[in-house]
Amino acid sequence: MAIAFYLSGFIAVLATLGVITGTSPVHAVLYLIISLLAVALVFFALGAPFAGVLEIIIYAGAIMVLFVFVVMMLNLGGEARQQEKLWLQPGTWIGPSLLAGLLLALLLTLLLGGEAGPVITGDLLTAKAVAITLFGPWLLVVELAAMLLLAALVTASHVGRLGPGAENTATSPSKGRSR
Amino acid sequence: MFKLLTEGTWSLIRTMGIVLGHSFAKRETVNYPEQEVYLPPRFRGRIVLTRDPDGEERCVACNLCAVACPVDCISLQKGEQDDGRWYPEFFRINFSRCIFCGMCEEACPTSAIQLTPDFEMGEYKRQELVYEKEDLLINGPGKDHDYHFYKVAGMAIGGKDKGKAQNEKEPIDVKTLLP
Amino acid sequence: MSWFTPQLTANLWAMTQALIILLGAVLLGAVMTIVERRLLGLWQDRYGPNRVGPFGLLQLIADMIKIFFKEDWIPPFSDRVLFVLAPGIAMASLLLAFIIIPITPGWGVADLHIGLLFFFAMAGINVYAVLFGGWASGNKYALIGAMRASAQTLSYEVFIGLAVMGVVAMTGSFNMRDIVAAQEDVWFVIPQFLGFLTFLIAGIAVTHRHPFDQPEAEQELADGYHVEYSSMKFGMYFIGEYVGMLLVSALIVTLFFGGWHGPWLPPIVWFALKTGAFLMFFVLLRASLPRPRYDRVMSFGWKVCLPLTLINLLVTGAVVLLVPG
Repeated sequence: MAIAFYLSGFIAVLATLGVITGTSPVHAVLYLIISLLAVALVFFALGAPFAGVLEIIIYAGAIMVLFVFVVMMLNLGGEARQQEKLWLQPGTWIGPSLLAGLLLALLLTLLLGGEAGPVITGDLLTAKAVAITLFGPWLLVVELAAMLLLAALVTASHVGRLGPGAENTATSPSKGRSR
Repeated sequence: MFKLLTEGTWSLIRTMGIVLGHSFAKRETVNYPEQEVYLPPRFRGRIVLTRDPDGEERCVACNLCAVACPVDCISLQKGEQDDGRWYPEFFRINFSRCIFCGMCEEACPTSAIQLTPDFEMGEYKRQELVYEKEDLLINGPGKDHDYHFYKVAGMAIGGKDKGKAQNEKEPIDVKTLLP
Repeated sequence: MSWFTPQLTANLWAMTQALIILLGAVLLGAVMTIVERRLLGLWQDRYGPNRVGPFGLLQLIADMIKIFFKEDWIPPFSDRVLFVLAPGIAMASLLLAFIIIPITPGWGVADLHIGLLFFFAMAGINVYAVLFGGWASGNKYALIGAMRASAQTLSYEVFIGLAVMGVVAMTGSFNMRDIVAAQEDVWFVIPQFLGFLTFLIAGIAVTHRHPFDQPEAEQELADGYHVEYSSMKFGMYFIGEYVGMLLVSALIVTLFFGGWHGPWLPPIVWFALKTGAFLMFFVLLRASLPRPRYDRVMSFGWKVCLPLTLINLLVTGAVVLLVPG
């Protein structure tokens, strides 16, 4: 299980690097999907298959599809690639990556030098356990999140709603013809 | 809404029932090479040249068929026998052009050219679709059993002089004034 | 022979089983292409392919030879990587989903704890095959097909997920073997009829089968997302579609029709019979129903299927809570 964890973690890091450095938007999104799948595998390796599968279903299977959808509709061609290449000058990325590398080194020393955290055991966290945790102690948070999502849904449907004039032409052309 | 849904569902189920009932219906397909195809007598297929009841060629090389042919697939040349009969020296139909419209049959004054219920004319070489006179000529009168052109026509041939044909009056002697 | 432990034999046996089941799934998918054509012929009063071999059985081999030796053309205007990748995703994701199907008490690839959810995950990934295939082709028909496919699959995945939650609530587990075991006495199609109905409809929509084949509508889109594909790449989409059909049929049987349960006959026969019946039903749908307009498909999904599944889930939840045991 530990091997699977480290391997999929490594893949996730590599794929995420691919997202950042890729010049083609669609390829970048593809790397992002791979990264999400790798993260899901990390969850599997940690013994939380429920969380892993939800990660695949919701993030990789639904949200990323919308990302891909939008990127495809934008029809980004060679120009966008040139622009991406322009943005990726060494001057722009060397500073942040040096700082991030420092943070990584710090994290590694802390992890390796200090007390080891939870060890990867591969114990199974069942869907039932997750549900009991969610709807037991965390019920209030779940409800609040549900309210938030509902509000977002209502807002989205309000924003995406067609006007009264547009509705006639867009949804019922047959009615218009019969008149 | 509810009525629409129930009606639509019932319609779908009914359609599927009808289609399922067709498992027991007779199949329309004819298994052609094993099973013979019924062709009506007036089917317009392979073209033949027929003979009159006496066994002589009917074709008098009048070229009407060649003129009537919309795709110009017939070519022939007139020849004359010793007894005065006209006959085609060669008679050539290019079946790779022929559209089996039957115009030649309609144009023919002697019932010589006829279309038969036969369509099995496939060839591997295109050149073999050009039928010569010996390929076209058959040993029978075809659809028109009793017709004999030279017996009803006023043309003089060896053994039959002018005025000797059926229902034909003696030729008028233009050199005398007597009625 | 000290290394030849019972553990190893068990592992080897499991691997052989997995191989047999996956190969069987691919092969059955390929055979379905011929069976479908014969069945369509039967229902349309004609014969279908009956020339190659006895009853046209060897048509499959002829088709395979043809599809293998066709020119494998990658359009110069396409995105090569994605173009090659997409058919692989199409085939692999659906085949992977097969591992959760328990065929008989002894047969089945994996006994996953999260069973059913794994299918949804794989169905979610399967969308990318269509999406990337359509985009990478660099063809507007393919792109429109891909758009339709992704929107349709995304919406119907919502109902396919909600539709089986009734079953999950009644069983109390995502595990497929638990679900089958719970149907010992009464099949879930009776208490979960609405769930079954919506699962069936959504299953057809997710696999882009008729009458929900708007993404590949021949008349409007000239085959939609796989318009530029040829040879074995097209073959993988093609077989993938039939594997998806097989998968949905097997899932319906497992979730709603008691899996291998049945009197007199051995379990494998029951499973095969039920799955075969659903495969035939899929073909019958194709033979009889016309293709609705695309926006009607979407509005049917959101305005009819979603309320139905929600009502079903609500009632099931109430019954499970109120009726003890």
